[in-house]
Amino acid sequence: MKLNEKYFPYVLLLPLLLYILLFFFNPFFNALKLAFFDENNKFTLIYFRELLRDPRFFSAIKYTLMFAVTIVPLQLITAFLIALFINRNFKGSKTLLFICSIPLAISDLAAGLIFLSIFTEHGFLNSFFYFLGLIKKPVYFLSYENIPLLFTSILIAEHWRATAIVLIILIAGLQMIEKDYIDAANVFGANFFKRIFYIIIPLLKPSIQSALIIRTLFAFQMFAVVIALAGDMIPVLSGETYFWYYIYRNSHIASCYAVVIIILSLLLTAIYLKFLTYKEPVYENI
Amino acid sequence: MKIFKKFAQIITFTIISLWVLLPVFLITVSTFSSKQEVYKWPKNLLPKDFSLESIKFFFSSYGTISSFKNSLIVAFITLILVLFISIPSAYAFSRYYFKGRESLKIFILMTRMLPIPLLAVPLTSFYITLSLYDNLLGVALIHTAMALPFSIIILSGIFIRISKEYEEAAIVFGASKLKAFLKILLPLSLPGIAAMLIFTFITSWNEVFAASILTVENRTLSAHILNLLDASPLYFKYAGGFFLSVPAIIFIFFIRNYLMKMWGGF
Repeated sequence: MKLNEKYFPYVLLLPLLLYILLFFFNPFFNALKLAFFDENNKFTLIYFRELLRDPRFFSAIKYTLMFAVTIVPLQLITAFLIALFINRNFKGSKTLLFICSIPLAISDLAAGLIFLSIFTEHGFLNSFFYFLGLIKKPVYFLSYENIPLLFTSILIAEHWRATAIVLIILIAGLQMIEKDYIDAANVFGANFFKRIFYIIIPLLKPSIQSALIIRTLFAFQMFAVVIALAGDMIPVLSGETYFWYYIYRNSHIASCYAVVIIILSLLLTAIYLKFLTYKEPVYENI
Repeated sequence: MKIFKKFAQIITFTIISLWVLLPVFLITVSTFSSKQEVYKWPKNLLPKDFSLESIKFFFSSYGTISSFKNSLIVAFITLILVLFISIPSAYAFSRYYFKGRESLKIFILMTRMLPIPLLAVPLTSFYITLSLYDNLLGVALIHTAMALPFSIIILSGIFIRISKEYEEAAIVFGASKLKAFLKILLPLSLPGIAAMLIFTFITSWNEVFAASILTVENRTLSAHILNLLDASPLYFKYAGGFFLSVPAIIFIFFIRNYLMKMWGGF
């Protein structure tokens, strides 16, 4: 009976462990196998060489990184400001929190299609500009001719969709900060900015770190928003994985792309953990 | 001064709400517009006609209805699988101390960080040998893999918050462990489990990459829409975006009070 008791938790975890084996380890090692081994199970780099010859590969890396470094900080700032506002606990702040979490339910594909109705040449933004008298003819936001504009449109859509999760994480973090710290700072005459930079941000660091890691990893997987707004005009890593598998039916190259995504993800997580590791803040110079 | 503050608060509130709600409003207007209205330029900023033309077109086009059904079936299977795997695991995490518990928890969270493309592409050949390719069960299996890490973490959090003493009292009075779980812990954590399941539903309903890679004929709604992006007119896309969003938005309304608890654990 005693022995039973000791192994019981592992029995409970058995289905989960089996699942992890089949649906995480199995595909993970298979991806490596597809990327590095040929049909005869011999190690090869031909698929990676082919990948390097694909001119879209480098633009995919470029655009994926560009999206990550623009969207994530933008989301963090927006979410932080909204979180500070909601955290004031005024009448209606709960309602606002609910409104802000609506995009949490919206998929990347749906968000792309929603913003399509805004950005196409027949879309609402063009009509709005016309209404203001700014333009006479529609502007082509989503065209090959103007990649920066296209990039910005995708950025706005993705920023709109995925800021909610950062907001929720930050508000949860803010609520855990003890009011005493802020009251003490007030007593000693700290102004709004001092309170933010010397108290709130240092205490919020663990939440900021999780939000950063989660959002960056998902930014590397940006897919349907880009496809819905830009088709194949702006290559990103996940999109290329999809095209290589779906259109060219080449699971080797598709796996190479997937492997590149995970390498980037691991690198970035390591960097974040190194530079943002949480230390107990020291209050000296408030 | 006080009035000024109140005024600033209302303005900020309005700006933030508009930023979130306006796009949802605009896709709704687009979906309830006629085909002509969709291509008209410049548009009326306030909608003039109300038409079900786009919606009729969307639902009468080949594959839409069946993909709608498929999405529901996949989400339903996913819910069942998540339920049966996450409840025992969360029970183990919250009620026992065993070797490797904390590292296993972190490891489970890390599995969620694996990119979906990395999981989906190699799974195709695995699925073909098991004849799960182009099969709704196959899609549900990978959706379960995506939903499990968060649902287990969320559920462990819910179980931990319910004191162990209630169950222990029941066991003292002669209930078995299973009975104590079924009669005490399960009913007490039911609202939390419901919230977790809704979140799982949204995850499955919204997932597009794996569903598109792993199916050919038996598409889910999002895979169906993605597949037709190149070939479909604007009004089809708008209706698609609208009907992808509506169920998920309705569901998130029900779990609005749980969102903080679910994501606060990070």
